Amino acid sequence: MKLILAIVTVFFCTVAAAGGASADAPSIAVEKPWARASILKSRPGAAYLTIRNTGDEPDRLLKVTSPAAGTVMIHESKLANGVAQMLAHGGLDIAPGAEVTFRPGGLHFMLMDLRKRLHEGETLMLNLRFEKAGDINVTMPVLGLGATGPK
Amino acid sequence: MPDGAPETPALGRRLKIVRRAAWALILVTTMAAAGFAGWKTFAPAKPPTARQVGEALIKTQFNLTDHYGRAVKEKDFRGQWQLVFFGYTFCPDVCPTTLSVMARALDLLGDDAAKVAPLFITVDPGRDTPEVLAEFVGAFHPRIVGLTGTQEQIKAAAKSFRIYVGRVDKPDVPGGYLMGHSGYMYLMTPEGTYDAVFSENRNPPEDIAAAIKKRLTKERSGR
Ligand SMILES: [Cu+2]
Repeated sequence: MKLILAIVTVFFCTVAAAGGASADAPSIAVEKPWARASILKSRPGAAYLTIRNTGDEPDRLLKVTSPAAGTVMIHESKLANGVAQMLAHGGLDIAPGAEVTFRPGGLHFMLMDLRKRLHEGETLMLNLRFEKAGDINVTMPVLGLGATGPK
Repeated sequence: MPDGAPETPALGRRLKIVRRAAWALILVTTMAAAGFAGWKTFAPAKPPTARQVGEALIKTQFNLTDHYGRAVKEKDFRGQWQLVFFGYTFCPDVCPTTLSVMARALDLLGDDAAKVAPLFITVDPGRDTPEVLAEFVGAFHPRIVGLTGTQEQIKAAAKSFRIYVGRVDKPDVPGGYLMGHSGYMYLMTPEGTYDAVFSENRNPPEDIAAAIKKRLTKERSGR
């Protein structure tokens, strides 16, 4: 049942993402989403995906939420002078034609205050709120703790 | 922004963008300052910049507790090459990535992996207990050893590797802080001296495995 629900959700979010919010709005496509299993409930989770602006107007990712987490932050891991740190972004501009890829070691959604541990094989839902494209719901598979990319 | 947009919303949006930019800047600056403060508090050597580091000064030296709860010292790993990474389990991005690179390199080494001790030393001993580490390292590779200890022991271990460890207080994060840490994996000789440095973003597992294989071959041919 859960699986069917997930498939249906994936289908709808793909349609919503491909179609954009309305005719004039910039089209935002969200692709290859995946999350990484978390070690414990008390440890943050991470999720990754690619955002493409297929329209000809800039858009901006304003806020990300998830029913699975208390807070979702837009983070970027930076290795500067050998020191790994995570910077928080207040939002993210997506230029027309641009493709922004979240990937391990770079941009990631940091899931704080997980309601429960993310297990491999489950699905995770994120809501991405864009300034112009509006809300896009994305359902993604939770891959193993050692996963380094989408399947 | 489209031309001829009503003036007020356009101005409002511009202001919003300015405000956002200001916030982002404040955040980054705060984190940088916090990182710097953390660095000063921990007072380790300068963050190592791969090649400029006083490599001769880096050595495997520690008194720590492994993820089985056993007390271990550097001499427990003498005779094996050591692949050492400092991280922590509250780091869901770079740390799992580095450990999976490490795990893949070990798999690529095949039987030779037995000649390498892969060590994951936490920089967050307050939260990374042996039990937590067992679950964490176990998820990557059965051979990776998780090491923790007291704050003092971790500080001493970080110092022997000339590793940067900095605490960044963040009230919005569960537990209130994150750690800045070295993003490097160090390859140490069986004698515990520095030999090479790798990072997950520059060295694919194939490179790391090949570098280790080369050394093992040299070792077998009597150097
Ligand atoms: Cu993060």
